[in-house]
Amino acid sequence: MSPLQAPVLEVEDLAVRFTRRGEQPTLAVDGVSFSVAPGETIGLVGESGCGKSVTSLAIMGLLPRRGVEVTGSVRFDGNDLVDAPDHVLRGLRGADMGMVFQDPLSSLNPTVPIGTQVTEVLLEHRQMSKAEARDEATRLLDRVGIPDPGRRLKEYPHQLSGGMRQRALIAMALACAPRLLIADEPTTALDVTIQAQILELLRELVVDSGTALVMITHDLGVVAGLCDRVHVMYAGKIIETADRHDLFARPRQPYTGGLLASVPRLDSARGAPLTPIRGSARDAIPWAEGCAFAPRCDNAQDDCLTEVSGSTVPLVPDGPGRELRCRHPLEHPSAPSGATASGAAR
Amino acid sequence: MLRFIVRRLLQLIPILLGLSVLLFAWLRALPGGPAQAALGERATPEAIARYNELFGLDEPLYVQYFRFLGRAVQLDFGNSTQYGRPVTDVFLERFPGTIELTLLAMVFAIGVGIPLGYLAARRHGSFLDSASVIGSLIGVAIPVFFLAYLLRLLFAVELGWLPGSGRQDVRIDATRITNFYVLDGLLTREWDAAWDAVMHLVLPAIALGTIPLAIIVRITRASVLDVVNEDYVRTANAKGLAMATVRRRHIVRNALLPVSTTIGLQTGLLLSGAVLTETVFAFGGVGSTLYDAIRLRDFAVLQGFILMLAVVYVLVNLLVDISYGLLDPRVRVR
Repeated sequence: MSPLQAPVLEVEDLAVRFTRRGEQPTLAVDGVSFSVAPGETIGLVGESGCGKSVTSLAIMGLLPRRGVEVTGSVRFDGNDLVDAPDHVLRGLRGADMGMVFQDPLSSLNPTVPIGTQVTEVLLEHRQMSKAEARDEATRLLDRVGIPDPGRRLKEYPHQLSGGMRQRALIAMALACAPRLLIADEPTTALDVTIQAQILELLRELVVDSGTALVMITHDLGVVAGLCDRVHVMYAGKIIETADRHDLFARPRQPYTGGLLASVPRLDSARGAPLTPIRGSARDAIPWAEGCAFAPRCDNAQDDCLTEVSGSTVPLVPDGPGRELRCRHPLEHPSAPSGATASGAAR
Repeated sequence: MLRFIVRRLLQLIPILLGLSVLLFAWLRALPGGPAQAALGERATPEAIARYNELFGLDEPLYVQYFRFLGRAVQLDFGNSTQYGRPVTDVFLERFPGTIELTLLAMVFAIGVGIPLGYLAARRHGSFLDSASVIGSLIGVAIPVFFLAYLLRLLFAVELGWLPGSGRQDVRIDATRITNFYVLDGLLTREWDAAWDAVMHLVLPAIALGTIPLAIIVRITRASVLDVVNEDYVRTANAKGLAMATVRRRHIVRNALLPVSTTIGLQTGLLLSGAVLTETVFAFGGVGSTLYDAIRLRDFAVLQGFILMLAVVYVLVNLLVDISYGLLDPRVRVR
């Protein structure tokens, strides 16, 4: 469903392993592949600890070098970034790739005025005088909807509201008009009304400037409002990929189904119990032993375990534009699985 | 801001009143009085009585206290029994020495401590890191008088590289203006006197600066290790800033906030007199003067010096609080 343009970012078989001396290495991200094209928004969805944030940091090259092993490939404009030297990454970050973080207060330097934190990106990556950078920063703050930007430039992060801080962070990420923007739960720390404004702002940016957006979230509402394609992650692996509309209409992975079912709905009876997924992400078993979600899954059967089936559960095509990692997916009799309704979704 | 300063200065009043009562009572509770100290162990009771009468020490304590208080508010702390001069004069002569010593000690502690602490944090887990942690433990643990004695023995007595006592070579006849010997030398263009005064400061400053140095190394190291993992440093890296910019603007700037508090507190402590160091180096600052005053039961000097040092301590702390606001916009006083 992506626009017919070459992808800006192609992630292939990305794996991130945390190694600590004297401990068993932890595989935080395991064989993740996806791509984003200009003007496209994809969602990486999953619970805390499923590896979505680590994936984004690995793409940006922001993981610490010590104790972290990144394998696979991250191609930006066809150039692999996984083994790229630090100065190459620094040249790309901020200029061609921007990132917006979860907690806007802790993500801003408390002792440096907002203005400096915006202009420093411009001065680093663009040939600009200080005065030009200041004018550009004013324009940027105005563009992300910060009123009275000239005055705000001189203020410090603690003087701004949560929504304003996130807008300022977005302004910094967008300062050099990057072609890829990664937003890691950008609305989690904000009020609901502010969340909607920030999402609307991000949507406008994608539409206006053709930026490729990777949206990392656990919030299906964000996915519904913003993403073209969705990758659902569980325990470090992608377990289902689908266009937004397909995913909401016919989730196939029981985990995706559980996520959708657990969202409180206005049209359900008052007092009706919510339907959470039982257990927690801690109950996952290693993928080598079988489907990591099996211990929490209502559809799980014996062959979900490697011991019985003889092989781990693979990610396989599941109709046009969909991929699925599940041996006993949810069935949707009303519409044959794999039929595409995504055209209507856009 | 002005209200803040005024409020802090008003707090001085109860502090000084309380301190003066304690001080007065404590001094009179010491065994042996000034008469005994001045007249020697074999002084006759008549001589002691006569001495006490002369200095007003025979009157009831409360009378002595209120008379003292009445004069103290006019900055008159009476005459020193050992120098026979007004306490305020002695203070103005000795305190500049302590200020010079403190400044040099803190320059040493800061100049070595911050870079060392920063490097230790940057190479976390390296030999340099472990060495700085162990070294600073030793620095805090080593008794100051012992270190002072070692330094004096090695560099002054054995090697003879630096002077080991006093504030100025007796052969130099320097003009005194402010009693800051280094400053006086510069003002009067007596370069040799200024240089000589600096040389006299080196060893005591190193001895005195060791504990602040050790503390500054530890705090800087811990603080940098903290800040490096802050989200805003990740943001700075995500913006693709040059490593030098990330370090200077985002790491060091924030890491120095807790260090600046330490620097302020340590400066205040050193200013109130380095009794041990000054005594070892026979450095005529407030520390060695206090030591002599206790030995000779010079009540006037003890009362006057301690009260004036309390004022200095409070003022330094006020200065620290104000400067903290300049460094950290979040605590800026409005």
